[in-house]
Amino acid sequence: MDITLPILILAIPFLMFLILGIGGVKMSRKLAGVLGILGMGSVMTLSYVVALTYFFSGDAAFIVDGVRQQLQVFDVTWLAFTDRLVVNIGFLLDPISAMMLVVITTISFMVHLYSWGYMEHEPGFQRYYAFLSLFSFSMLGLVVATNIFQMYIFWELVGVSSYLLIGFFYKLPSAVSASKKAFIVTRFADLFMLIGILVLSWYVSQTPADGPLGGASAFNFMMLNSQPTNVLASTLGATFMGGSVLTWAMILIFVGGMGKSAMMPLHIWLPDAMEGPTPVSALIHAATMVVAGVYLVARFFPLYCIVPDSLTFITVVGAITAFYAAVVACAQIDIKRVLAFSTISQIAFMMVSLGCAYNEPVEGVHYSGLGYMASMFHLFTHAMFKALLFLGAGALIHAVHSNNYTSMGGLRKYMPITHWTFLIGCLAIAGIPPFSGFFSKDEMLAAMFSRHWFWGAWMTMVAGLTAFYMFRLYYLIFWWEENPEYKNGHKPHDAPWQMSLPLIILAAVSCVAGFIPFGELVTFNGEPYHIHIEAPVAATSITVAVLAIALATVMYRKKNSMPEKMKNIWPGLWTAANRRFYWDEMYQWVTHTVIFGCICRGIAWFDRHIIDGTMDGLAAVTQFCSVKIKGMQSGSVQTYVAWYLLGAILLGAITWICIL
Amino acid sequence: MDYSQFGAMLPELIILGLFLVVFLLDTFTKDGSAKRFLTPVTTVLFGLAAVAIWLIPSCGTEVFGGMYVDSAACKAIKAILCIGVFIVLLQSSEWVESDEVAIRKGEFYELLFVTLFGMFLMISARHFLLFVIGLESASLPLAAMVAFNKKHYQSHEAAFKYIITAVFSSAVLLVGLSFVYALSGGSLYFDDIRAAIAGSEMSGLLVVALAFVIAGIGFKLSLVPFHLWTADVYQGAPTAITSYLSVISKGSAAFAFFVIFVQAFGTVYSGLWEWMMYAVIILTITIGNLFAIRQKNMKRFMAFSSISQAGYIMLGVMTESALGLGSMMYYIFVYVVSNLAVFGVISAIENKTGKVGMDDYDGLHKSNPWLSFAMTLAMFSLAGIPPFAGFFSKFLIFTSVTASGSMPLYMLVLVALINTIISLYYYLLVVKAIWINPGEAKVEAFRSAFTERLALWLCVGGIVFFGLVPCIYDYCVNTAALL
Repeated sequence: MDITLPILILAIPFLMFLILGIGGVKMSRKLAGVLGILGMGSVMTLSYVVALTYFFSGDAAFIVDGVRQQLQVFDVTWLAFTDRLVVNIGFLLDPISAMMLVVITTISFMVHLYSWGYMEHEPGFQRYYAFLSLFSFSMLGLVVATNIFQMYIFWELVGVSSYLLIGFFYKLPSAVSASKKAFIVTRFADLFMLIGILVLSWYVSQTPADGPLGGASAFNFMMLNSQPTNVLASTLGATFMGGSVLTWAMILIFVGGMGKSAMMPLHIWLPDAMEGPTPVSALIHAATMVVAGVYLVARFFPLYCIVPDSLTFITVVGAITAFYAAVVACAQIDIKRVLAFSTISQIAFMMVSLGCAYNEPVEGVHYSGLGYMASMFHLFTHAMFKALLFLGAGALIHAVHSNNYTSMGGLRKYMPITHWTFLIGCLAIAGIPPFSGFFSKDEMLAAMFSRHWFWGAWMTMVAGLTAFYMFRLYYLIFWWEENPEYKNGHKPHDAPWQMSLPLIILAAVSCVAGFIPFGELVTFNGEPYHIHIEAPVAATSITVAVLAIALATVMYRKKNSMPEKMKNIWPGLWTAANRRFYWDEMYQWVTHTVIFGCICRGIAWFDRHIIDGTMDGLAAVTQFCSVKIKGMQSGSVQTYVAWYLLGAILLGAITWICIL
Repeated sequence: MDYSQFGAMLPELIILGLFLVVFLLDTFTKDGSAKRFLTPVTTVLFGLAAVAIWLIPSCGTEVFGGMYVDSAACKAIKAILCIGVFIVLLQSSEWVESDEVAIRKGEFYELLFVTLFGMFLMISARHFLLFVIGLESASLPLAAMVAFNKKHYQSHEAAFKYIITAVFSSAVLLVGLSFVYALSGGSLYFDDIRAAIAGSEMSGLLVVALAFVIAGIGFKLSLVPFHLWTADVYQGAPTAITSYLSVISKGSAAFAFFVIFVQAFGTVYSGLWEWMMYAVIILTITIGNLFAIRQKNMKRFMAFSSISQAGYIMLGVMTESALGLGSMMYYIFVYVVSNLAVFGVISAIENKTGKVGMDDYDGLHKSNPWLSFAMTLAMFSLAGIPPFAGFFSKFLIFTSVTASGSMPLYMLVLVALINTIISLYYYLLVVKAIWINPGEAKVEAFRSAFTERLALWLCVGGIVFFGLVPCIYDYCVNTAALL
């Protein structure tokens, strides 16, 4: 493939960031918005061209004997620290990166367009577009990374742009603390990821540098994916605390993914991140950045397969998170928080699905890599319908000026476009055919059942909860009881076209995306797989979803006292779920009481007296010497020459004395 | 005689040709309107010459019986210096048009080209005779340049101090070289010297010779304790000359230093001069820093800053490896753009307002945000803050020194690292003055000339991109392998 397009895909968002970031102050809002949208539109077009070429051109570089190939469009040495530690920057094209290009640029373009309406009256509009471009650049760089280091660099850049966007309303204290929280938590998780990478690199550095695995190739994904056992031969023998070093390293890397993807117990930042502008939540905290953890696991999948313990770990973390988030989502009042917990739950779904996949044929399992394919499929469909739901929520908030469903109700008459598109999103996430979520969820559940019946049953239950809380939300917003304020005074109405158009497009995509022959395009080893619906699994999941929706309908369609009664059966549970099972309080206690109160006190003393003391001492000595020697620079040229000669002679004399 | 040997000396011949062209133009045009074209014509011609020097392939041949070498590394460092000189020319174009200087601007260019020619000879010389010729033709005209502001007392004083020290250092160097001549049994070729001292006994003569050669070249590099002229000369000289002295003169001398010590003395007794350099480098970095923290005049401040930077550059010599030379060349390249960015801002402000005190920079961002921006980036780069080029150049030179893995070298890097902390303090003092110190701006808002802005943009581009674009470092290391 020609390298122009890939380079442009990365260069345009970056240039947009520079142009809007530096020159934005002097631009009109309109110009900045149009520039941002045009820039993203062109990136989207280019990405489509690249992805379509990759998937459908049939070129020998992309597909050989029906097997899709990994391909480095370019890969240049960026920094060569030593023979073995070489950082490359490149562009990797394979099924998942091509798929991610489409997802990221589509959602990003929709959000760019939508924000034009949503953010129209906000100060700092130009800055907002600059940050969006920075985010798009970082995310694109992340998915096309050819090696671990490039991925790590862009991984952090994504974190930074997320931080900037969450704290966009920097005058709101809640937004500022939310952005700090998000940054610190994800950064804390990335620390583990870095340790994992360093552990791997330490072991890889033990292999000969001049061999085929020397230099940059050791961390190249193509190398890791094609011959993982060769690259990591030296890690397999080593053990640490009962596990192999590779298991530890892979789990540590996964912890980085847990941070970004908001898995328990590192999920606490995501609900707070909803303080950012809603389109940002749609782009970053629903569709793209938060699935980076899933993408990370998929990228390292061959390595995870070598150490099955780590896959089990991923499955367990995912299963617990999915259930927890679904329960919490049933008891939230803020509609964006419901969607946030739903996102956590759905990402956990993908994680479980990945954890249930195998990389080689297993007896009794019809298709062993199903979990991988299904997870990527769900990533794709989820990105579309979750962005749709968030943008819909944005339209509601735009109209009602409140995040809580208590000030909504009965909105279906006032906002028909939002209503219908939101309903499509809810049906998709609930897994009702023929909407896209059904197909991907069915494949995922089939993969889980094929691993062990327990995972399948557990996640089917979570799917039921999903359908319940989404329709609870839907009914409370659009049905229930009409807010009396609408009658007298401010009447809510549908959003302007810039905002409605993305809703309609995404809704259309959510209707048809399930029919994409995804298995033909994205599988773990590049060989096509023909998707077919697993009848028993599908029947179970549809039944559960329909029952859950029916329950939600009974409880929330019209105003009644049933929800109150339900709540009062076990009031403690509702409160606990509403307070997210006190995770934030636990973190507060651990950080403030345990860490700040006990551990930090000693460290602070050490810092203040020993470290600062040393530094102050160093500064004092420096100043002292500086004053003492100032006489040397007397200004008289005789002294200068005398010093010169003395220096030369002393240099010789001292050396002579030393070697004697 | 085979005149085709001159073909290998193309960079020198180009500079010499340029000198003749400027000289003829200057002599045979009348004062007044015709002279006005001298500056743009010279600048453009030099730009073309710089491009030509970049593009000429190096054949790696030795000519004139091995006195002169045309290798890839020599060509690369010449090309790097040419970029620096081009930036200096851009920056000085305002100053040479000022009333006081305009009438003599031809001389400025002529002297500049002659010194550049001398530096090129120093770089390519593989024989001490040629080297001394280069050194002298690079040193003596500089004294005239330092005194270029004829009507300023300080400029005279600086030139006087410069020439006295220069002559004295030449004398010391020549004494050292005469010892070397005696040791080598009557040859001044680097190769012969290496062969001769490799087989000889350790002697006091050799120690003195090494000390004196270090002192002689240390003058050009302003290594401590041969640096005392630096501050007065930098302060007194016209800013254009100061910037030329601080980057171009230093860069060429550093390269020549590496060549001499690795090629002529770098065999059995290499441990000897390494210990001398070890002490000199530590002194240079530390004392440069200690003086820099107390300076109030920007040009004097930059003098001490450039002394300590020279210490960092010299770290490359300690490695005696191609990697070290490559890192050193890269350091020089980065140092050229960073330092010239600072001098660009200093001279822009000095030309408009005549202010050079650090206090005058208080609140500069209010009146001249772009200059403040350039100055800040340049200070960050000099202090070695990532992601600017200065960080990468420091990082790579430290890595190349530690690559050999001996304990004393680790200690040296540790001392250098501690000194970067001290340097951070005084570089950030300038940034603090610009952005944080309260009060109204003392320098009024102005728009600097096009050439000055162009030069600053070039420098800022270099500061931002040199670290991030890997091919520049690769270029340095790859060419350094072909010394």
